[in-house]
Amino acid sequence: MATAELVGPPETREHGRLTHNARWAIGFGTAAVLIFVTYHWVLPSLNANINTFVNSWLPLSVVDECMVWMICALGLNIVVGFAGLLDLGYVAFWAIGGYTAGWLISGQFYNLKIDIFGSPAAGTPGIHINFWLVLVAAAILTALMGILIGAPTLRLKSDYLALVTLGFGEIIPQFFKNGDHLGTLSGSGGFDFTHGERGITPVDPITIGPWKLGPFDLDWQFAVFAAIAAFVIFVCLRLRVGRLGRAWLAIREDELAASMMGVPLMRTKLAAYAVGAVAGGLGGVAFAEHVGGVLPDSFDFSISITLLAMVVLGGMGNVWGVMIGALVLSWINANGLKQVGSTFNSTFGTSWDFPSYNYLMFGLILVLMMLFRREGLLPESRTKLLLREPSRTDVESVGADLEGESA
Amino acid sequence: MSDVMTEAAGGLMLSIEDMHVYYGNIAAVKGLSLTVNHGEIVTLIGSNGAGKSTTLRTISGLLKPKKGSITFLGRPINGVAGHEIVGRGICQSPEGRRIFPRMTVEENLDLGAFLRKDKDGIASDKERVLTLFPRLQERIAQKAGTMSGGEQQMLAVGRALIGRPKLLLLDEPSMGLAPVLVDLIFDTIATIREQGTTILLVEQNALAALRIADRAYVLESGSLKLSGKASDLAKDPEVVNAYLGG
Repeated sequence: MATAELVGPPETREHGRLTHNARWAIGFGTAAVLIFVTYHWVLPSLNANINTFVNSWLPLSVVDECMVWMICALGLNIVVGFAGLLDLGYVAFWAIGGYTAGWLISGQFYNLKIDIFGSPAAGTPGIHINFWLVLVAAAILTALMGILIGAPTLRLKSDYLALVTLGFGEIIPQFFKNGDHLGTLSGSGGFDFTHGERGITPVDPITIGPWKLGPFDLDWQFAVFAAIAAFVIFVCLRLRVGRLGRAWLAIREDELAASMMGVPLMRTKLAAYAVGAVAGGLGGVAFAEHVGGVLPDSFDFSISITLLAMVVLGGMGNVWGVMIGALVLSWINANGLKQVGSTFNSTFGTSWDFPSYNYLMFGLILVLMMLFRREGLLPESRTKLLLREPSRTDVESVGADLEGESA
Repeated sequence: MSDVMTEAAGGLMLSIEDMHVYYGNIAAVKGLSLTVNHGEIVTLIGSNGAGKSTTLRTISGLLKPKKGSITFLGRPINGVAGHEIVGRGICQSPEGRRIFPRMTVEENLDLGAFLRKDKDGIASDKERVLTLFPRLQERIAQKAGTMSGGEQQMLAVGRALIGRPKLLLLDEPSMGLAPVLVDLIFDTIATIREQGTTILLVEQNALAALRIADRAYVLESGSLKLSGKASDLAKDPEVVNAYLGG
């Protein structure tokens, strides 16, 4: 199946006006440019008070982290929102992406000396491949892993699928944690594949053309992450309207009926898994660059759950909704709760540790959402229909026929 | 060359020989044999649990027969995956309609043509379906789940037709419909056959089914009880007593 067949003709205008998607895309682009301009030029020229305020409420490093979460949430949305497959182990792909970066742009394999347009400090051994090529490598590797994990798993029905993906989400980070003495039983010697609990640090900086990003070029890092996010958004939107997107939708609605229409169930589900995994891999590489390396402990179950919460909060299946959900939750997680807490504490003279209540907050938000806005902040129109205007049951629709006649 | 032979009107299209289908340990179909010829309407009638729907599901590849063979256009299709069977030219309008409730009527129809690549052909077949069921034309942009049962049934039949099947399987198209709609659906089925599609129809409403069918098979607890010309069976005292409420 060629990609060209999967995407329909571009439809940015409808009756002379911009479509919903085009408006959002312009919005995203404008916001990204504004953020870059603000942090790069405007803020440094303003007075210190404003700078302190902005840097405590929305520091650039938090914005960058939010972009990573967004990229991954968009990937999970393909699996959960588009194809309706509940995946509780998505962190596995994030981790694989991160470790791809760890392997390919660090001194991890110190007896090799490979440099392909890389940016190593002079004389460093190891594999140093250009950041952009590593993105491609991570995309390929995660897609393959998605297929490998998906092939045995996707034959299962929903609840069992959730359980098995949960297992994979645990196994893969464990492998990274324990993969430092491969080939031995003694816990020493052997092949150091993942550097164990110490993780792989540091990774080389991102390069844009001949220019290396320094550790304080967070604004340029933002620009790179926003570009990756834009690519993922574009792919999501195009797949959505294409043949593959329709097949996903059909499977989500009614698997049996979809197969009766000739939709190949396994292949279509695997495609969702692979494409979703690619976004996770890209996010993983970005994350490794953001924190300067990979640590196995940063890939735990809570990440899968947080990503799922972002998808649900934003509106399952709606690309823009998921984007908003990811930005809101990742900001609360990274910085928002801390700031609200310190403001609250200094105002009321308390000393509560707000960030430690973050999962309580997430739980509360999700419960409130389920009570008052089950379809998410920005629902996909179909989900809204399901939750707000239930389909007629058989009995009801028979009644409707009879009504039609007597009228 | 053999295609020319089998495609000829009246030639053999589908043949099932000694088919056994099990749900776990329970035999749902025990040694059924039947044939469908080009251009026919063949109906399977029988009471609840007779194995009618099981037979259709097995032909569609959703179930695998434990024993026996299914041959379609000269090639065996038992054990072939469901979506490939659609590709071979068998489309089913399933029991309980199973339309995609959150998609519009048009999107449902488009999914019916999922395996087809000929845009013009799809467009003209969509035209044809909408002429057959003008109600669907009226509701083309409506979400399918909000339509009445009769309209949903029309959509299920239309969606199967748009795959341009050689053999159309219809599972209980009259289920849950008001009598006036049942007549409409059956008239339309007869029209579909006149336009050249072979039909295998499963029905509990034996009277209506026998009226439009050429031949019929009567199933009882998984086995064949009677078979013959529909017009003969409609007069058969045993059938009249058991299924036609005589």
